[in-house]
Amino acid sequence: MFEYCADPASLAGIEWLSCYLTTGKHMGLYWAVGTVLLLLAITAPAALLFGFGGAAAARSHFRPLSWFGKGYIAVVRGVPDIAFFLFFVIALDQGFEWIRHQIKCPDWDQPIRQGNDFIVCAAAKLPLSSSPQVYHEIYGFFLAVLTFAIVFGAFAANVLYGAMRAVPHAQMETAEAYGMSHRQAFWRIMVPQMWVFALPGLSNLWMVLIKATPLLFLLGVEDIVYWARELGGMKTPQFTDYPHGDWRVWYFLALLVFYLAFTQVSEIVLAKISRRLSHGQATLAGEKQRKGPRGRGKAAA
Amino acid sequence: MSCWDTIADYALRSQGIGERLLPRTDFTLCQQFTLIGSGMIWNIYFGVLALVSGFLLATGVAVAKAHHQFWLRKPAEWFIFVFRGSPLFIQFFFAYFLFQSLKSDYPYLGAFTSAWLGALLVLFLNTAAYSAEIFYGALMSVPKGDVEAADAYGMSGWPRFRRVIWPTMLRLAWPAYTNEAIFLFHATTLVFFSGFPASQQRGDALYYASYFADKTFNPFIPYPILAFYFILLTLTVIGLFGMMNKHLNKHLPKDRRARIRLRVNLIR
Repeated sequence: MFEYCADPASLAGIEWLSCYLTTGKHMGLYWAVGTVLLLLAITAPAALLFGFGGAAAARSHFRPLSWFGKGYIAVVRGVPDIAFFLFFVIALDQGFEWIRHQIKCPDWDQPIRQGNDFIVCAAAKLPLSSSPQVYHEIYGFFLAVLTFAIVFGAFAANVLYGAMRAVPHAQMETAEAYGMSHRQAFWRIMVPQMWVFALPGLSNLWMVLIKATPLLFLLGVEDIVYWARELGGMKTPQFTDYPHGDWRVWYFLALLVFYLAFTQVSEIVLAKISRRLSHGQATLAGEKQRKGPRGRGKAAA
Repeated sequence: MSCWDTIADYALRSQGIGERLLPRTDFTLCQQFTLIGSGMIWNIYFGVLALVSGFLLATGVAVAKAHHQFWLRKPAEWFIFVFRGSPLFIQFFFAYFLFQSLKSDYPYLGAFTSAWLGALLVLFLNTAAYSAEIFYGALMSVPKGDVEAADAYGMSGWPRFRRVIWPTMLRLAWPAYTNEAIFLFHATTLVFFSGFPASQQRGDALYYASYFADKTFNPFIPYPILAFYFILLTLTVIGLFGMMNKHLNKHLPKDRRARIRLRVNLIR
């Protein structure tokens, strides 16, 4: 990176550290931080979408759909989320390959499950074995995003389901009195009002989502946990210009600090959003803002 | 080989008792049920011990956080912040490598690098921090009247805390604490995926479930079995905590009793 890094063995102190922290492998670590942020940026709206679908399904008047929605919420809450992560990565992969197999090789006569193997025709492989490495990585990341969205979608569904029920019933009755259909009342009356009630749950979910990102490691993505283990391990002079002992504890300390800072910043931002959303609302928080601290402008009670 | 033989061989496999080799080919449903169930011993071990010990520490930390003295309050706040603000997964990794580097200097700390002690310590501190936050919230919402009534009876200090404040705090915190207990049991599945090695393949339920999924390349059997066990465990926890909840609320009129509702907001 820097010019003086040409001969690391002659360096010491800060200079050595500045060279060490900018090696190509460390760039991989910094990229992985970007991967985590990208995962959060994609997963959060996707999970919200899944959650909205789940909550709407659970409220449905059509019985099987409502059972599906409620079952989706209940199962994910009753079983450890990490089990779902391990399950969905394989299950989704096999599911996709199975569908492609049905479409692309209709005249394949052998069974797909042969003992302990899962065999689809070569054209149905995802990604194709001939495609470059980057596609494999993108596909792995895509599976991870989908898995996160399904699991956290169930949590979001739970929050949104509660928020929908928190919208005052009189509002819905009024909508019906105005002659709106179920669908119209749902979209025009309930959905715009539910977000205030959903916000505390959703901000909690965001914190939980941040804290779940290291589980990417279990899904086979080269994330920050992978790099911290990789870079922190003992390095001997034969293999690297920067030999050092077992530094994994320091790398994980750095990750710990990174996550603490991340959650802390999120908390501050979310508090600001909640303050803004409460502004002018007929809730206790909104009332407090209107009156100001200790009922400014009025006789102290 | 009948299913009873399999149970005899593998029911205590996670503790190193019984058949040493795990099944390698021709996996039967019975083997999967038995081994994953055997792994549940670890999940229950971690969950119960962390919950009981964490409960005591959590009470102390909650009281310390509510204390007016700076040097009691600040450490409690930082303890809660550190353990609630960072992922449990990273905490496991950090603790494991920390104990490993300490081991070279202090050999008697070697036991902490194995899961039964090291991971238990992390889970204990983690659940203590989450529970302390719950208890602190409950402590802050103990009705003023209760404390004033205790004062009027001439109670103060320890008797007032033990006989008035603490029971009310527990009663108010119990529904949220039930959730914490459930998610603590779920969190125990992370142990063997986070640095702590499973020596001689003695792992927890998820360890065996993923073993079968890897070997058979069929996730549709072991993970539902795992889900079955965990739903059973979750229902047991809800039942036991519900009984305790009834006990804590028995002096109240029926319509004021707190009901346990499952909520999402406490998972880590």
